[in-house]
Amino acid sequence: MSDQPSRRDLARQFIEALPHCRALSMAVEDVGDGEAVMSMPYRENLVGDPSTGVIHGGAVSALMDTCGGTAVMAHPAGPTSTATLDLRIDYMRAATPGKAVTARAVCYHVTRSVAFVRAVAHDGDPEDPVATATGAFTLSGIRS
Amino acid sequence: MSRRPPEPVQVVKQRRDAALRALVEGIPYVRFLNISFERHGDELTSVLGYHEALIGNPALPALHGGVTAAFLETAALIELGWQMIWEEIESGALDPASLTPETMPRMPKTIDFTIDYLRTGLPRDAYARARVNRSGRRYASVHVEAWQDNRTRPFAQGTGHFLMPLPDG
Repeated sequence: MSDQPSRRDLARQFIEALPHCRALSMAVEDVGDGEAVMSMPYRENLVGDPSTGVIHGGAVSALMDTCGGTAVMAHPAGPTSTATLDLRIDYMRAATPGKAVTARAVCYHVTRSVAFVRAVAHDGDPEDPVATATGAFTLSGIRS
Repeated sequence: MSRRPPEPVQVVKQRRDAALRALVEGIPYVRFLNISFERHGDELTSVLGYHEALIGNPALPALHGGVTAAFLETAALIELGWQMIWEEIESGALDPASLTPETMPRMPKTIDFTIDYLRTGLPRDAYARARVNRSGRRYASVHVEAWQDNRTRPFAQGTGHFLMPLPDG
């Protein structure tokens, strides 16, 4: 996946400049054909349950949504823009307090106007996910 | 046969507002996003106060889809938690004055949440109202709609399933 540093650098530059992604300190770890890996460090202000220190599901959603959009933009079909149409998130378990969350999204199918995405988020062990997501994204700029 | 006089308005408001504060004030992520809650009787409206860090796409500019997702989920969760404690607050079983984020009853947990993005979120305040469609002993289903300028033109809607806390759990 790492054989295209230029694309990864471009995605990194683009994503990491978005205000909300900066606010959550999201980082692009890797970008491949229709695929993206992003991480988000643990921070006190993302906590949703102060009695346990577990981060809010909404922060995990934001990471998965961004990662999904990045995977769509990285699809070989070459879309020029995308937006989320719908996103379903399943929460498997609470993310471990203190640990960064990493999401991997795959854009597994595109038509001329829709992209279909799956994503998994974990906090260290990809085999023990925190959450999974499926989504449909709009797609524009595809030549038919 | 003497009927109890109605409670003074300040007493009622103070009790309910204190309970609502205890429910939401301790959540750092709610503060980070700048979500507040307006109460009319038992009806809650969630308000997402606009600030620059909520922007996803600076070119449009538009609210980040993840912000919208988090806002809807928070609105749904707080509505569910609010309905959970309302009876106990009103009956006096739970004293809002003694409620702190640490002594709050356990909140429901999100099982899944689906967001429908209907329109671009504009760079201004957003509002949401949630409706608990079913609340059983173990599971609840909540629907939520968010709007900005016109209540009848929502920019996003969502449905979530929640796991209710076990009594004393």
